[in-house]
Amino acid sequence: MTYSFQDIKEAIQAQFGADVIVAENTAWMQPQLTVKKEFIKDICFFLRDDARFFFDQLSCLTALDNGVEKNTLEIIYHLYSIPFNLFFILKVETERGDGKEVLPQIPSIVDVWRTADWHEREAFDMFGMKFTGHPDLRRILLPADWEGYPLRKDYIEQEFYHGIKVAY
Amino acid sequence: MSTQTPNYIYNPLDLQNSEPLVFDTTSLKRGEIIINMGPQHPSTHGVLRLEVLTDGEIVKDVIPHIGYLHRCYEKHAENLPYNQVIPFVDRLDYMAAMNSEHAYVMGVERMLGIDKDIPKRIEYIRVLVAELNRLSSHFVAIGTYGLDIGAFTPFLWLMRDREHINRLLEWVSGARMLYNYIWVGGLFYDLPVGFEERCKDFITYLKPKLIELQKVIIENKIFIERTANIGVLPIDLAINYGITGPMLRGSGLKFDLRKVDAYSVYPEIDFDIPVGMGAMGTTGDCWDRTHVRVAECFESVKIIEQCITQLLSDHKRTREFDPQATVPKKIRPKVMDFYVRAENPKGELGFFFRTTGNTDVPFRCKVRAPSFVNLSVLQAISKNVMIADLVAILGSFDIVMGEIDR
Repeated sequence: MTYSFQDIKEAIQAQFGADVIVAENTAWMQPQLTVKKEFIKDICFFLRDDARFFFDQLSCLTALDNGVEKNTLEIIYHLYSIPFNLFFILKVETERGDGKEVLPQIPSIVDVWRTADWHEREAFDMFGMKFTGHPDLRRILLPADWEGYPLRKDYIEQEFYHGIKVAY
Repeated sequence: MSTQTPNYIYNPLDLQNSEPLVFDTTSLKRGEIIINMGPQHPSTHGVLRLEVLTDGEIVKDVIPHIGYLHRCYEKHAENLPYNQVIPFVDRLDYMAAMNSEHAYVMGVERMLGIDKDIPKRIEYIRVLVAELNRLSSHFVAIGTYGLDIGAFTPFLWLMRDREHINRLLEWVSGARMLYNYIWVGGLFYDLPVGFEERCKDFITYLKPKLIELQKVIIENKIFIERTANIGVLPIDLAINYGITGPMLRGSGLKFDLRKVDAYSVYPEIDFDIPVGMGAMGTTGDCWDRTHVRVAECFESVKIIEQCITQLLSDHKRTREFDPQATVPKKIRPKVMDFYVRAENPKGELGFFFRTTGNTDVPFRCKVRAPSFVNLSVLQAISKNVMIADLVAILGSFDIVMGEIDR
């Protein structure tokens, strides 16, 4: 049998209690479940290893900035189960921090799926999120001494980079 | 226009600050050397820099440094309407632009809810051009791989055959590599008159060449010696690293999104999924990956033949057919998050969209690039190999830097 979004949600509720779930959005074409960020790693482990689902592949990890007014960053995990052909979308929300010294902290899920390694580095590079427990959190696409996090909505590029004018 | 000259002052320390070495140069053991392969190295397939920790000929560890071709795709996409993003999508995987366009367009159409209204002829043309492009992408992959490990002939042969595909696609769209041919809701233009027949001729020409290719590279003793049992990627590791495409199939899993998701007209087309069986060594070695690519060329030929048959019979050209008839005047999807994936020559290409419902531009458009994810496994499977084998392993990944760096 195939499990629906509700079944997977209830399984998470049964395992971790109802208060790990912050919100759910079933109105969209691809329903999402927002969970507390402290539990994301445990939930991922549970979904990967549970014999009912076997979410063995992390298809995609997307970070997203909601802008200064909402003051939240989101991370969206696209889980896929190859044996059962199931999709499940997890989401965590966190405050933005100031984008300089204070960066939001999110538990890393590298231990669950190794593919999260580079995805999380990219999210750190572009949005400035610290993934706690990540083995090698460096910038990946931009140079290490680049200032700011370009995909944040309030990003303003630096004027000079090593004496080269940045704005064209 | 500014006449100001850049006042860049060379400082050797800048290099260390912008892309520092990961390995500590002060704590190297006796005999260990750090070697930089790239960013300007022919065997790294673009501007990829590999920081290799070697002990003699043995690679102790390798760290890929990427980002030399970063062109801010995702930032650009946040400022452009959906239809204007398509040329940028072309430039992600520039070896298989049609496939990327197809995936992107499919996502936008599903968000708009018009994916069921697209005429069958358009879908068949899309699959036809995408499979032609898959062939050409695999030709480059196999050809340059041969070149990497010392076989020059297949490269020239494949470039010759790829030239025919480039010319066919140029005839269709006006461009040789970056097409902007598949539009949201339709196509730029119908196929030119006589294209189907010319394509048929090309397939007739290509079939013996593919057998020739199989003989000259896949069954070649030197090639087998060079690739069998090298860079073995076990299937559990591959899935954990999110590997997709020919690499995953080379590791022995029969997983192809064209079958699994059955998008477009693929369910109506009969084709097989080749997988690696470890025929020459261990399942998941470099030979298996290349073998899967060559076998996929045969499958693509099958798909192209069936598309042409359909385009000449059930969905043939009519005077009234307008490929832009279903192109929406305004592309404004409702508020939602949407993830779409499709099988590219390199693997699963995914697009994530966040739409706000009141603008024509995406709020966020993330690309899940197959090469990006596939390259991340390099460090895990190239410990304690020879330097020459590292080149062979990297070549068998078939990476495209445009897609990795975006």
